Amino acid sequence: MGLLSKKDAALIKDPLFDNNPITIQVLGICSALAITAELKASIVMAIAVLFVLGLGNVVISLMRNIIPSKIRIIVQLVVVAALVIIVDLVLKAFAYELSKTLSVFVGLIITNCIIMGRFEAFALANSPWQSFLDGIGNAAGYGVILIIVGFFRELLGAGTLLGFPVFGDPIEKTGLYQYGYENNGFMLLAPMALITLGVIIWVQRSRNKALIEDH
Amino acid sequence: MEYLELFFKSIFIDNMIFATFLGMCSYLAVSKKVTTAVGLGAAVIFVLAITVPLNWLLDQYILQPGALKWLGTEYADYDLSFLSFILFIATIATMVQLVEIVVEKFSPSLYNSLGIFLPLIAVNCAILGGSLFMQSREIPTLGLATVYGVGSGIGWFLAILAIAAIREKIRYSNVPPALRGLGITFIITGLMAIGFMSFGGMLTGGDEEETTEEKTAVIQSKQNDNVTLSASDSNRNETSQDKEETKAIADNNTKVVE
Repeated sequence: MGLLSKKDAALIKDPLFDNNPITIQVLGICSALAITAELKASIVMAIAVLFVLGLGNVVISLMRNIIPSKIRIIVQLVVVAALVIIVDLVLKAFAYELSKTLSVFVGLIITNCIIMGRFEAFALANSPWQSFLDGIGNAAGYGVILIIVGFFRELLGAGTLLGFPVFGDPIEKTGLYQYGYENNGFMLLAPMALITLGVIIWVQRSRNKALIEDH
Repeated sequence: MEYLELFFKSIFIDNMIFATFLGMCSYLAVSKKVTTAVGLGAAVIFVLAITVPLNWLLDQYILQPGALKWLGTEYADYDLSFLSFILFIATIATMVQLVEIVVEKFSPSLYNSLGIFLPLIAVNCAILGGSLFMQSREIPTLGLATVYGVGSGIGWFLAILAIAAIREKIRYSNVPPALRGLGITFIITGLMAIGFMSFGGMLTGGDEEETTEEKTAVIQSKQNDNVTLSASDSNRNETSQDKEETKAIADNNTKVVE
Protein backbone atom coordinates (compact mmCIF):
# COMPACT_ATOMS: atom_id res chain seq x y z
CA MET A 1 0.00 0.00 0.00
CA GLY A 2 2.62 2.51 -1.06
CA LEU A 3 0.30 5.25 -2.16
CA LEU A 4 -1.74 5.53 1.04
CA SER A 5 -0.33 6.84 4.30
CA LYS A 6 -0.74 4.70 7.39
CA LYS A 7 -3.64 6.79 8.66
CA ASP A 8 -5.40 6.57 5.32
CA ALA A 9 -4.88 2.83 5.05
CA ALA A 10 -6.39 2.48 8.51
CA LEU A 11 -9.52 4.26 7.27
CA ILE A 12 -10.10 1.35 4.93
CA LYS A 13 -8.89 -1.50 7.12
CA ASP A 14 -10.58 -0.67 10.43
CA PRO A 15 -14.20 -0.90 9.28
CA LEU A 16 -13.52 -4.30 7.79
CA PHE A 17 -13.29 -6.08 11.12
CA ASP A 18 -12.39 -4.01 14.17
CA ASN A 19 -14.92 -1.28 13.65
CA ASN A 20 -17.34 -3.08 11.38
CA PRO A 21 -20.43 -0.98 10.74
CA ILE A 22 -22.84 -3.86 11.16
CA THR A 23 -21.46 -5.90 14.01
CA ILE A 24 -19.69 -3.23 16.05
CA GLN A 25 -21.32 0.06 15.22
CA VAL A 26 -24.72 -1.64 14.83
CA LEU A 27 -25.75 0.29 11.75
CA GLY A 28 -27.29 -0.83 8.50
CA ILE A 29 -28.88 -3.96 9.91
CA CYS A 30 -32.18 -3.76 8.06
CA SER A 31 -30.93 -4.52 4.59
CA ALA A 32 -28.28 -6.91 5.87
CA LEU A 33 -31.03 -9.24 7.00
CA ALA A 34 -33.73 -8.86 4.46
CA ILE A 35 -32.02 -9.41 1.11
CA THR A 36 -29.32 -11.90 1.96
CA ALA A 37 -31.28 -14.99 0.95
CA GLU A 38 -29.34 -14.98 -2.35
CA LEU A 39 -25.62 -14.35 -2.70
CA LYS A 40 -26.15 -12.37 -5.92
CA ALA A 41 -28.53 -9.92 -4.23
CA SER A 42 -26.04 -9.42 -1.40
CA ILE A 43 -23.21 -8.63 -3.81
CA VAL A 44 -25.31 -6.16 -5.79
CA MET A 45 -26.52 -4.43 -2.62
CA ALA A 46 -22.92 -4.18 -1.37
CA ILE A 47 -21.85 -2.55 -4.64
CA ALA A 48 -24.82 -0.15 -4.51
CA VAL A 49 -23.93 0.95 -0.98
CA LEU A 50 -20.27 1.30 -2.03
CA PHE A 51 -21.30 3.70 -4.78
CA VAL A 52 -23.72 5.72 -2.66
CA LEU A 53 -21.48 5.94 0.41
CA GLY A 54 -18.26 6.66 -1.48
CA LEU A 55 -19.69 9.33 -3.72
CA GLY A 56 -21.97 10.73 -1.02
CA ASN A 57 -19.10 11.11 1.41
CA VAL A 58 -17.13 13.04 -1.20
CA VAL A 59 -20.05 15.35 -2.07
CA ILE A 60 -20.87 16.15 1.55
CA SER A 61 -17.21 16.68 2.34
CA LEU A 62 -16.86 19.11 -0.56
CA MET A 63 -19.88 21.04 0.73
CA ARG A 64 -19.02 20.80 4.39
CA ASN A 65 -18.15 24.46 4.84
CA ILE A 66 -21.26 25.83 3.19
CA ILE A 67 -24.01 23.68 4.73
CA PRO A 68 -25.82 25.60 7.51
CA SER A 69 -25.95 23.47 10.62
CA LYS A 70 -29.71 23.68 11.06
CA ILE A 71 -30.57 22.04 7.77
CA ARG A 72 -27.70 19.62 7.46
CA ILE A 73 -29.87 16.52 7.89
CA ILE A 74 -32.11 17.66 5.06
CA VAL A 75 -29.14 18.36 2.78
CA GLN A 76 -27.72 14.93 3.57
CA LEU A 77 -31.05 13.29 2.83
CA VAL A 78 -31.32 15.06 -0.52
CA VAL A 79 -27.81 14.01 -1.54
CA VAL A 80 -28.43 10.39 -0.58
CA ALA A 81 -31.86 10.31 -2.19
CA ALA A 82 -30.46 11.62 -5.47
CA LEU A 83 -27.68 9.00 -5.52
CA VAL A 84 -30.11 6.22 -4.64
CA ILE A 85 -32.47 7.26 -7.42
CA ILE A 86 -29.54 6.88 -9.84
CA VAL A 87 -28.74 3.42 -8.45
CA ASP A 88 -32.39 2.39 -8.64
CA LEU A 89 -32.78 3.49 -12.26
CA VAL A 90 -29.50 1.81 -13.29
CA LEU A 91 -30.63 -1.42 -11.65
CA LYS A 92 -34.03 -1.29 -13.30
CA ALA A 93 -32.39 -0.73 -16.67
CA PHE A 94 -29.59 -3.31 -16.54
CA ALA A 95 -30.69 -5.96 -14.04
CA TYR A 96 -34.45 -5.94 -13.95
CA GLU A 97 -34.92 -9.34 -12.30
CA LEU A 98 -32.56 -8.40 -9.53
CA SER A 99 -34.27 -5.07 -8.98
CA LYS A 100 -37.50 -6.99 -8.46
CA THR A 101 -35.84 -9.20 -5.84
CA LEU A 102 -34.39 -6.19 -4.07
CA SER A 103 -37.70 -4.31 -4.45
CA VAL A 104 -38.05 -1.60 -1.82
CA PHE A 105 -34.66 -2.26 -0.21
CA VAL A 106 -32.88 -0.25 -2.87
CA GLY A 107 -34.96 2.73 -1.81
CA LEU A 108 -34.24 1.91 1.80
CA ILE A 109 -30.54 2.55 1.20
CA ILE A 110 -31.55 6.16 1.80
CA THR A 111 -32.35 5.40 5.40
CA ASN A 112 -29.43 3.03 5.81
CA CYS A 113 -27.97 4.27 9.07
CA ILE A 114 -24.40 3.65 7.88
CA ILE A 115 -24.65 6.36 5.26
CA MET A 116 -26.10 9.08 7.45
CA GLY A 117 -23.88 7.92 10.30
CA ARG A 118 -20.69 8.31 8.26
CA PHE A 119 -21.81 11.67 6.87
CA GLU A 120 -22.31 13.02 10.38
CA ALA A 121 -19.31 11.38 11.96
CA PHE A 122 -16.73 11.83 9.25
CA ALA A 123 -17.58 13.62 6.02
CA LEU A 124 -18.68 16.84 7.71
CA ALA A 125 -15.29 17.26 9.34
CA ASN A 126 -12.73 15.82 6.96
CA SER A 127 -11.20 16.31 3.53
CA PRO A 128 -12.77 14.76 0.42
CA TRP A 129 -10.03 12.18 -0.21
CA GLN A 130 -10.17 10.88 3.36
CA SER A 131 -13.95 10.90 3.33
CA PHE A 132 -13.85 8.85 0.14
CA LEU A 133 -11.55 6.29 1.77
CA ASP A 134 -13.73 6.18 4.88
CA GLY A 135 -16.78 5.63 2.72
CA ILE A 136 -15.10 2.83 0.78
CA GLY A 137 -13.88 1.21 4.00
CA ASN A 138 -17.25 1.22 5.71
CA ALA A 139 -19.05 0.03 2.61
CA ALA A 140 -16.51 -2.77 2.32
CA GLY A 141 -17.09 -3.75 5.95
CA TYR A 142 -20.83 -3.78 5.32
CA GLY A 143 -20.30 -5.78 2.14
CA VAL A 144 -18.15 -8.39 3.90
CA ILE A 145 -20.88 -9.18 6.40
CA LEU A 146 -23.56 -9.20 3.73
CA ILE A 147 -21.57 -11.61 1.59
CA ILE A 148 -20.83 -13.94 4.50
CA VAL A 149 -24.48 -14.09 5.55
CA GLY A 150 -25.64 -14.44 1.93
CA PHE A 151 -23.08 -17.19 1.30
CA PHE A 152 -24.25 -19.34 4.18
CA ARG A 153 -27.92 -18.71 3.66
CA GLU A 154 -27.87 -19.60 -0.02
CA LEU A 155 -25.49 -22.53 0.37
CA LEU A 156 -27.31 -24.20 3.23
CA GLY A 157 -30.77 -23.09 2.19
CA ALA A 158 -30.81 -23.84 -1.51
CA GLY A 159 -27.61 -25.77 -2.17
CA THR A 160 -26.54 -23.25 -4.81
CA LEU A 161 -24.08 -20.37 -5.01
CA LEU A 162 -24.91 -17.53 -7.39
CA GLY A 163 -27.41 -19.90 -8.96
CA PHE A 164 -24.94 -22.71 -9.64
CA PRO A 165 -25.75 -25.97 -7.83
CA VAL A 166 -22.90 -26.94 -5.54
CA PHE A 167 -23.95 -30.14 -3.86
CA GLY A 168 -25.56 -31.79 -6.84
CA ASP A 169 -29.11 -31.75 -8.08
CA PRO A 170 -31.78 -32.19 -5.41
CA ILE A 171 -34.41 -33.43 -7.82
CA GLU A 172 -32.27 -35.89 -9.74
CA LYS A 173 -30.57 -36.93 -6.50
CA THR A 174 -27.00 -36.63 -7.71
CA GLY A 175 -23.98 -35.56 -5.68
CA LEU A 176 -24.55 -35.24 -1.94
CA TYR A 177 -28.27 -35.67 -2.27
CA GLN A 178 -28.00 -39.37 -2.97
CA TYR A 179 -26.64 -39.88 0.53
CA GLY A 180 -29.72 -38.35 2.04
CA TYR A 181 -28.58 -34.71 2.41
CA GLU A 182 -31.47 -32.25 2.21
CA ASN A 183 -31.46 -28.49 1.82
CA ASN A 184 -32.34 -26.64 5.03
CA GLY A 185 -35.09 -24.52 3.52
CA PHE A 186 -35.47 -22.67 6.79
CA MET A 187 -32.22 -20.83 6.15
CA LEU A 188 -33.93 -18.94 3.37
CA LEU A 189 -36.49 -17.50 5.74
CA ALA A 190 -36.19 -14.28 7.68
CA PRO A 191 -35.42 -15.49 11.23
CA MET A 192 -32.32 -17.46 10.27
CA ALA A 193 -30.66 -14.28 9.00
CA LEU A 194 -30.95 -12.87 12.52
CA ILE A 195 -29.53 -16.00 14.08
CA THR A 196 -26.66 -16.17 11.55
CA LEU A 197 -25.76 -12.59 12.37
CA GLY A 198 -25.89 -13.39 16.09
CA VAL A 199 -23.44 -16.23 15.53
CA ILE A 200 -21.09 -13.99 13.50
CA ILE A 201 -21.10 -11.48 16.37
CA TRP A 202 -20.43 -14.32 18.82
CA VAL A 203 -17.39 -15.46 16.81
CA GLN A 204 -16.10 -11.93 16.42
CA ARG A 205 -16.37 -11.08 20.10
CA SER A 206 -14.83 -14.33 21.23
CA ARG A 207 -11.77 -13.58 19.15
CA ASN A 208 -11.49 -9.98 20.31
CA LYS A 209 -12.17 -9.89 24.03
CA ALA A 210 -12.08 -6.11 24.13
CA LEU A 211 -15.47 -5.93 22.48
CA ILE A 212 -17.35 -7.86 25.14
CA GLU A 213 -19.94 -5.78 26.98
CA ASP A 214 -20.03 -6.17 30.70
CA HIS A 215 -23.36 -6.04 32.47
CA MET B 1 -64.08 -6.23 6.46
CA GLU B 2 -60.94 -5.66 4.46
CA TYR B 3 -59.98 -2.90 6.87
CA LEU B 4 -59.92 -5.33 9.77
CA GLU B 5 -58.07 -7.85 7.67
CA LEU B 6 -55.39 -5.39 6.56
CA PHE B 7 -55.09 -4.20 10.15
CA PHE B 8 -54.34 -7.67 11.51
CA LYS B 9 -52.19 -8.52 8.52
CA SER B 10 -49.94 -5.52 9.03
CA ILE B 11 -49.56 -6.13 12.76
CA PHE B 12 -48.85 -9.85 12.78
CA ILE B 13 -48.12 -11.28 9.37
CA ASP B 14 -46.20 -8.46 7.72
CA ASN B 15 -44.75 -7.27 11.02
CA MET B 16 -42.24 -4.54 10.28
CA ILE B 17 -39.53 -6.07 12.44
CA PHE B 18 -40.09 -9.78 12.24
CA ALA B 19 -41.07 -10.21 8.63
CA THR B 20 -39.23 -7.41 6.85
CA PHE B 21 -36.61 -6.23 9.40
CA LEU B 22 -37.36 -2.55 9.02
CA GLY B 23 -36.33 -0.21 11.84
CA MET B 24 -33.79 -2.62 13.34
CA CYS B 25 -31.22 0.05 14.26
CA SER B 26 -33.38 1.98 16.67
CA TYR B 27 -35.06 -1.28 17.73
CA LEU B 28 -31.69 -2.58 18.93
CA ALA B 29 -30.48 0.69 20.35
CA VAL B 30 -33.53 1.76 22.35
CA SER B 31 -34.69 -1.59 23.69
CA LYS B 32 -32.64 -1.59 26.87
CA LYS B 33 -35.45 -0.21 29.01
CA VAL B 34 -39.17 -0.76 28.65
CA THR B 35 -40.12 2.86 29.35
CA THR B 36 -38.03 4.36 26.54
CA ALA B 37 -39.11 1.56 24.22
CA VAL B 38 -42.76 2.39 24.86
CA GLY B 39 -42.09 6.08 24.17
CA LEU B 40 -40.27 5.40 20.91
CA GLY B 41 -42.89 2.88 19.83
CA ALA B 42 -45.67 5.39 20.39
CA ALA B 43 -43.78 8.02 18.41
CA VAL B 44 -43.31 5.56 15.54
CA ILE B 45 -47.03 4.71 15.48
CA PHE B 46 -47.88 8.40 15.37
CA VAL B 47 -45.41 9.22 12.61
CA LEU B 48 -46.46 6.22 10.49
CA ALA B 49 -50.14 7.03 10.97
CA ILE B 50 -49.55 10.50 9.54
CA THR B 51 -46.95 9.91 6.86
CA VAL B 52 -48.40 6.84 5.11
CA PRO B 53 -51.73 8.50 4.20
CA LEU B 54 -49.94 11.74 3.23
CA ASN B 55 -47.58 9.84 0.98
CA TRP B 56 -50.52 7.91 -0.44
CA LEU B 57 -52.09 11.22 -1.47
CA LEU B 58 -48.78 12.33 -2.99
CA ASP B 59 -48.46 9.06 -4.84
CA GLN B 60 -52.03 9.09 -6.08
CA TYR B 61 -52.19 12.66 -7.31
CA ILE B 62 -48.63 13.48 -8.32
CA LEU B 63 -46.32 10.53 -8.61
CA GLN B 64 -48.07 7.62 -10.27
CA PRO B 65 -47.93 7.27 -14.03
CA GLY B 66 -50.84 9.28 -15.36
CA ALA B 67 -51.58 10.81 -11.99
CA LEU B 68 -51.38 14.40 -13.11
CA LYS B 69 -54.49 14.36 -15.23
CA TRP B 70 -56.37 16.46 -12.70
CA LEU B 71 -54.19 19.36 -13.82
CA GLY B 72 -55.25 18.99 -17.42
CA THR B 73 -55.31 16.30 -20.09
CA GLU B 74 -51.98 17.34 -21.57
CA TYR B 75 -50.32 16.16 -18.33
CA ALA B 76 -51.83 12.69 -18.39
CA ASP B 77 -48.70 11.07 -19.83
CA TYR B 78 -46.30 12.27 -17.15
CA ASP B 79 -44.69 9.64 -14.95
CA LEU B 80 -43.04 11.22 -11.95
CA SER B 81 -42.54 8.03 -9.97
CA PHE B 82 -38.77 8.44 -10.03
CA LEU B 83 -39.27 11.36 -7.64
CA SER B 84 -40.95 9.12 -5.05
CA PHE B 85 -37.88 8.72 -2.87
CA ILE B 86 -37.19 12.41 -2.55
CA LEU B 87 -40.79 13.42 -1.99
CA PHE B 88 -41.50 10.66 0.53
CA ILE B 89 -38.42 11.43 2.56
CA ALA B 90 -39.24 15.15 2.47
CA THR B 91 -42.73 14.53 3.89
CA ILE B 92 -41.31 12.23 6.53
CA ALA B 93 -38.60 14.68 7.62
CA THR B 94 -41.19 17.46 7.92
CA MET B 95 -43.62 15.34 9.91
CA VAL B 96 -40.91 14.16 12.27
CA GLN B 97 -39.86 17.74 12.91
CA LEU B 98 -43.48 18.48 13.80
CA VAL B 99 -43.73 15.49 16.12
CA GLU B 100 -40.53 16.60 17.80
CA ILE B 101 -41.96 20.06 18.47
CA VAL B 102 -45.22 18.61 19.80
CA VAL B 103 -43.45 16.13 22.09
CA GLU B 104 -41.13 18.81 23.42
CA LYS B 105 -44.09 20.98 24.30
CA PHE B 106 -46.38 18.38 25.84
CA SER B 107 -44.00 15.90 27.45
CA PRO B 108 -40.52 17.27 28.16
CA SER B 109 -39.54 14.19 30.16
CA LEU B 110 -40.25 11.90 27.22
CA TYR B 111 -38.39 14.31 24.99
CA ASN B 112 -35.33 14.11 27.23
CA SER B 113 -35.38 10.37 27.60
CA LEU B 114 -35.69 9.80 23.86
CA GLY B 115 -32.83 12.20 23.20
CA ILE B 116 -31.30 11.81 19.77
CA PHE B 117 -33.64 9.01 18.76
CA LEU B 118 -36.61 11.24 18.08
CA PRO B 119 -35.04 13.07 15.13
CA LEU B 120 -33.55 9.74 14.11
CA ILE B 121 -37.06 8.44 13.44
CA ALA B 122 -36.83 10.40 10.20
CA VAL B 123 -34.18 8.00 8.97
CA ASN B 124 -35.75 4.98 10.56
CA CYS B 125 -36.19 2.46 7.74
CA ALA B 126 -39.59 1.54 9.13
CA ILE B 127 -41.11 4.90 8.28
CA LEU B 128 -39.78 5.10 4.73
CA GLY B 129 -40.39 1.37 4.37
CA GLY B 130 -44.03 1.80 5.33
CA SER B 131 -44.52 4.35 2.56
CA LEU B 132 -42.55 2.34 0.00
CA PHE B 133 -44.44 -0.85 0.74
CA MET B 134 -47.69 1.09 0.50
CA GLN B 135 -46.59 2.19 -2.95
CA SER B 136 -45.31 -1.16 -4.18
CA ARG B 137 -48.35 -3.10 -2.95
CA GLU B 138 -50.65 -0.53 -4.59
CA ILE B 139 -52.97 -0.06 -1.65
CA PRO B 140 -56.16 1.20 -3.28
CA THR B 141 -57.81 3.70 -0.93
CA LEU B 142 -56.85 6.37 1.59
CA GLY B 143 -58.66 4.58 4.40
CA LEU B 144 -56.75 1.36 3.74
CA ALA B 145 -53.48 3.30 3.61
CA THR B 146 -54.20 4.81 7.04
CA VAL B 147 -55.09 1.40 8.44
CA TYR B 148 -51.86 0.03 6.98
CA GLY B 149 -49.84 2.84 8.58
CA VAL B 150 -51.41 2.45 12.01
CA GLY B 151 -51.19 -1.35 11.86
CA SER B 152 -47.52 -1.34 10.86
CA GLY B 153 -46.78 1.08 13.68
CA ILE B 154 -48.56 -1.10 16.21
CA GLY B 155 -46.65 -4.14 14.94
CA TRP B 156 -43.33 -2.34 15.39
CA PHE B 157 -44.44 -1.16 18.83
CA LEU B 158 -45.30 -4.71 19.88
CA ALA B 159 -41.93 -5.96 18.72
CA ILE B 160 -39.85 -3.35 20.51
CA LEU B 161 -41.95 -3.70 23.67
CA ALA B 162 -41.43 -7.46 23.73
CA ILE B 163 -37.69 -7.32 23.14
CA ALA B 164 -37.22 -4.56 25.76
CA ALA B 165 -39.09 -6.62 28.35
CA ILE B 166 -37.00 -9.69 27.53
CA ARG B 167 -33.72 -7.76 27.60
CA GLU B 168 -34.56 -6.35 31.01
CA LYS B 169 -35.05 -9.88 32.31
CA ILE B 170 -32.01 -11.52 30.78
CA ARG B 171 -29.67 -9.05 32.43
CA TYR B 172 -29.79 -11.46 35.33
CA SER B 173 -29.23 -14.56 33.21
CA ASN B 174 -26.03 -16.41 32.59
CA VAL B 175 -25.36 -15.41 28.99
CA PRO B 176 -21.91 -16.38 27.57
CA PRO B 177 -19.73 -13.26 27.63
CA ALA B 178 -19.22 -13.00 23.90
CA LEU B 179 -22.98 -13.17 23.32
CA ARG B 180 -23.95 -10.56 25.87
CA GLY B 181 -25.83 -7.52 24.68
CA LEU B 182 -26.02 -7.51 20.92
CA GLY B 183 -25.46 -11.17 20.07
CA ILE B 184 -28.15 -12.59 22.30
CA THR B 185 -30.58 -9.88 21.21
CA PHE B 186 -30.18 -10.97 17.59
CA ILE B 187 -30.76 -14.60 18.47
CA ILE B 188 -33.80 -13.82 20.61
CA THR B 189 -35.25 -11.64 17.86
CA GLY B 190 -34.74 -14.53 15.46
CA LEU B 191 -36.65 -16.84 17.78
CA MET B 192 -39.44 -14.29 18.14
CA ALA B 193 -39.58 -14.00 14.35
CA ILE B 194 -40.03 -17.78 14.14
CA GLY B 195 -42.84 -17.44 16.65
CA PHE B 196 -44.53 -14.73 14.61
CA MET B 197 -44.39 -16.92 11.53
CA SER B 198 -47.10 -18.98 13.17
CA PHE B 199 -49.51 -16.15 12.39
CA GLY B 200 -49.06 -16.87 8.71
CA GLY B 201 -52.14 -19.03 8.42
CA MET B 202 -54.33 -16.68 10.41
CA LEU B 203 -56.26 -14.95 7.68
CA THR B 204 -56.45 -17.33 4.78
CA GLY B 205 -57.42 -20.11 7.11
CA GLY B 206 -55.62 -22.81 5.18
CA ASP B 207 -53.78 -23.14 1.90
CA GLU B 208 -51.82 -19.96 1.24
CA GLU B 209 -50.24 -21.04 -2.01
CA GLU B 210 -53.41 -21.02 -4.10
CA THR B 211 -53.34 -18.47 -6.85
CA THR B 212 -56.29 -16.21 -7.57
CA GLU B 213 -57.14 -18.12 -10.76
CA GLU B 214 -57.43 -21.31 -8.80
CA LYS B 215 -59.65 -19.65 -6.23
CA THR B 216 -62.02 -18.05 -8.70
CA ALA B 217 -62.15 -21.30 -10.68
CA VAL B 218 -63.04 -23.17 -7.51
CA ILE B 219 -65.70 -20.66 -6.58
CA GLN B 220 -67.23 -20.79 -10.05
CA SER B 221 -67.25 -24.56 -10.12
CA LYS B 222 -68.91 -24.57 -6.70
CA GLN B 223 -71.52 -22.21 -7.91
CA ASN B 224 -72.13 -24.21 -11.03
CA ASP B 225 -72.47 -27.77 -10.00
CA ASN B 226 -71.53 -28.40 -6.36
CA VAL B 227 -68.44 -30.35 -7.33
CA THR B 228 -66.43 -31.57 -4.37
CA LEU B 229 -63.30 -29.53 -3.90
CA SER B 230 -59.90 -30.88 -4.84
CA ALA B 231 -57.53 -32.20 -2.16
CA SER B 232 -55.74 -28.89 -1.81
CA ASP B 233 -58.63 -27.15 -0.12
CA SER B 234 -60.73 -29.99 1.13
CA ASN B 235 -60.65 -28.47 4.58
CA ARG B 236 -62.78 -25.55 3.57
CA ASN B 237 -66.54 -25.90 3.61
CA GLU B 238 -67.66 -22.88 1.74
CA THR B 239 -71.05 -21.38 2.16
CA SER B 240 -72.05 -18.47 -0.02
CA GLN B 241 -70.82 -16.04 2.67
CA ASP B 242 -67.43 -17.71 2.72
CA LYS B 243 -67.26 -17.52 -1.04
CA GLU B 244 -67.49 -13.74 -0.89
CA GLU B 245 -64.88 -13.59 1.82
CA THR B 246 -62.59 -15.83 -0.14
CA LYS B 247 -63.03 -13.61 -3.17
CA ALA B 248 -62.16 -10.55 -1.06
CA ILE B 249 -59.14 -12.31 0.37
CA ALA B 250 -58.08 -13.42 -3.10
CA ASP B 251 -58.38 -9.88 -4.45
CA ASN B 252 -56.49 -8.50 -1.51
CA ASN B 253 -53.82 -11.14 -1.94
CA THR B 254 -52.87 -10.01 -5.40
CA LYS B 255 -52.17 -6.50 -4.34
CA VAL B 256 -51.28 -6.59 -0.70
CA VAL B 257 -49.22 -9.78 -0.49
CA GLU B 258 -45.79 -9.83 -2.08
